[in-house]
Amino acid sequence: MGRRTVQAMCAATFALGIGAAVLVASAPDGRGQALVADLASHSIGITTGFTGAEVVLFGAIDGPGDVIVVVTGPRGSVTVRRKDRIAGVWANADSVRFEEVPGFYAVATTRPLADRVGRAVLARHEIGLEHLTLRAATDRPDDLVEPFRQSLIRNMVDRRLFRVGDARVVFLGERLFRTTVRFPAHVPTGVYTAGVFLARDGEIVSAQTTPLLINKVGISAEVFSFSRNFPALYGIFAVLGAVAIGWLTGAVFRE
Amino acid sequence: MEVYLPIAEMSVNGLLIVGMGATVGFLSGLFGVGGGFMMTPMLIFLGIPPAVAVATQANQLVAASLSGALAHWRRRNVDVKMGLVMLAGGAVGSAIGVWLFRQLQEIGQIDLVISLLYVGLLGFIGTSMFIESLFALVRRRRKARGRRKLHRHAWFHGLPLRTRFPQSRLYISALVPATIGLIGGMLVAVMGIGGGFLLVPAMIYLLDMPIGLVAGTSLFQIIFTTAATTVMQAAVNHTVDVMLALLLLAGGAVGVQFGTRVGSRMRGDVARILLSVIVVAVSARLAIDLVGAPVDRYAIDLTGLR
Repeated sequence: MGRRTVQAMCAATFALGIGAAVLVASAPDGRGQALVADLASHSIGITTGFTGAEVVLFGAIDGPGDVIVVVTGPRGSVTVRRKDRIAGVWANADSVRFEEVPGFYAVATTRPLADRVGRAVLARHEIGLEHLTLRAATDRPDDLVEPFRQSLIRNMVDRRLFRVGDARVVFLGERLFRTTVRFPAHVPTGVYTAGVFLARDGEIVSAQTTPLLINKVGISAEVFSFSRNFPALYGIFAVLGAVAIGWLTGAVFRE
Repeated sequence: MEVYLPIAEMSVNGLLIVGMGATVGFLSGLFGVGGGFMMTPMLIFLGIPPAVAVATQANQLVAASLSGALAHWRRRNVDVKMGLVMLAGGAVGSAIGVWLFRQLQEIGQIDLVISLLYVGLLGFIGTSMFIESLFALVRRRRKARGRRKLHRHAWFHGLPLRTRFPQSRLYISALVPATIGLIGGMLVAVMGIGGGFLLVPAMIYLLDMPIGLVAGTSLFQIIFTTAATTVMQAAVNHTVDVMLALLLLAGGAVGVQFGTRVGSRMRGDVARILLSVIVVAVSARLAIDLVGAPVDRYAIDLTGLR
């Protein structure tokens, strides 16, 4: 799916969204939801030509406040290894495994959060890299684990899998907001959640989560699932393909 | 042109990969080698996970060695019996190699072992090939060459399981070619190379096979060893990326043809000196990476996320 198609879809959904969101947010009895938000698309297909994707998140709030968007990818374990010099050669020496690390983590806010929302509140909702829970599967003291934790974050940021502060939530007027979430080409597949929070007077007064599915589609999906469901058969097919090409090259080359 | 690799789970520039395949194909046609020793490090430099690079390279080598072996087959330069004995060892070797690869990957030392093997093996073979072909050049100029003995006998030729290899006119223990095949099979699985430049000297100096049969027989053996390795890597480690193999083969098929044509007009010893320089250069490049301080001492392993 091309970026243009996604944007066209965004525009259509966005227009619908505005209508619905304005109705809810401006409910006169004051008992309407304080926050309504949605993604323009709930699934991203990784095709053979996949170069990354953008998804628009939009919504409305019923009064002043800060909007915080946190997108979290599927979690798994990540091992961080440190190289040391051993007999003149740099080799992996020490390692720490972290459990339930999100494969993708992005935060976008309307304004920088410093001093607006308390640390305890941010920690509770895992908002910001310093509040992201990265549990080390080790009994070692914190001061030994900390450099590994820092380098885990640094490496994930370098790979554009952790992105904090490079996207903003922008207001369109006083109530409507939107932001764009960007996913790199090597984004892990699985179920993502987009959490949207409304902060007012240093507290989170409203929150909403929306799922997003990223999966392989088309040939790349077929190849991948075949390689996992019938691994030996997949290997045999890979060999047969190579034999056919090798034979063909040999035949052409004979001329 | 970005192409998403379904097993490596990343996108690469397709034209770049085809271009690399063509370049390495050209060089392998030029020198009559498989080219795995150039391609695997290049793929790893590009950021392809080493496990995927090595396993996919085995798949690519099936095609490369087949088209090479066909040419030798037509000229009857293949000792099939010798090849089959080596292959028996090769299958065992690649099974050991696939298992070893997985163990090393789990303890996080696979990159180091691949680098050390490349530096050690390529450095040694490249240097000795360079010296040997320099001497060959000098000797040819002087045209003074003593008569070679018909057949040398080493102690290991008399090990149990002595077998007749009529085509090579040898009566030696089958354990020797089987062991050479075993080591070749391990190299395919761990390093992503066909092992031709290790097998060929071993067959010349250890087996004392007729020179004319060596290249064809080693290629014949490599087809099946790389095929067995591909199936095992796919079954055990899920690391064979057919999309990547296809891109490499598309470039390689074209490159090989041009390389072979140029190669046929090049003098053998000159080609060997050039090849040895490339081999030593690859090994030196990897040695610098091993010894030099890394940009980031910490690295993350995301296989647990997949």
